[in-house]
Amino acid sequence: MLNFDAINVGDALPSRDHTANIVQLFMYNAAIWNPHRIHFDHAYATEEEGYPGIVLDGPLQGDWIGQVVTDWIGEDATLVSFGYTNRRAAMLGETMTAGGKVEEKNDETKEVKVSLYLQNGEGEVTIPGHAVVRFS
Amino acid sequence: MAELLTPEIKACIGQASPSIHVEVTRRDLRKYAVSTGQKAKKYLDGDVAPPLFHFGYAMEILPVDELRKDGIAEDKLIPELPLKRLMAGSSDTVYHRPICAGDKLVVTRKLKDLYEKEGRSGPLIFVVTETVVETQAGEPVLNETTSLIAR
Repeated sequence: MLNFDAINVGDALPSRDHTANIVQLFMYNAAIWNPHRIHFDHAYATEEEGYPGIVLDGPLQGDWIGQVVTDWIGEDATLVSFGYTNRRAAMLGETMTAGGKVEEKNDETKEVKVSLYLQNGEGEVTIPGHAVVRFS
Repeated sequence: MAELLTPEIKACIGQASPSIHVEVTRRDLRKYAVSTGQKAKKYLDGDVAPPLFHFGYAMEILPVDELRKDGIAEDKLIPELPLKRLMAGSSDTVYHRPICAGDKLVVTRKLKDLYEKEGRSGPLIFVVTETVVETQAGEPVLNETTSLIAR
């Protein structure tokens, strides 16, 4: 149970590692109906578009940082807004770490603003994000 | 800097794509939840959509022989640009209520802005679109602002 009164600015949200395999990536692109070849055709992605491998979808990685918030709040708050920016591509096989931190807390509106990140194995933030949640 | 965006291209700002009507099925929600690695039972059971589930509704469903060589369906909302390589930029969504199994939704996309900037490796065109999701009864569900970058 997440309690608004117990949240402090600077608190870290639980982080989670994600390593998509080719089956998961295939299922994701089928689910959203995305036939872009850079996500399943290795020869096309490397030879025609010059990527080092098969490319992970930006919105899949955006979803991973969204889960940092939805797993943190559970049923104890509602999501008001959520956003992310793709700064750098990631390739199939990379392990990406999703996490976040409490940035602001408003006692009147009972809203909490968090910053979010997705980080690659080199420690680079490839996708920063942000969200606002509201407690009732 | 040379002007890449001609008045003809700029005139497309404000245009909307025809609204898409979708019925949200539990099966679609479960497929999305499994493929994104969700842990919450409400997502895995397909009761409620995770926050970015609606992204797939921006994807056009076209016959295979109408797709481009790279597999992508031409986005009719975006005019032909002088820079061809499109990259994902950013997405910002405001939520009014969750998407649930059984919802009947209307999805409308609009071209909000087109502007150019000089990037580190050359000129960039920013394409800003807004996706509005409502129920068929007109209840607001969410508004997403997306920016794509052409280089």
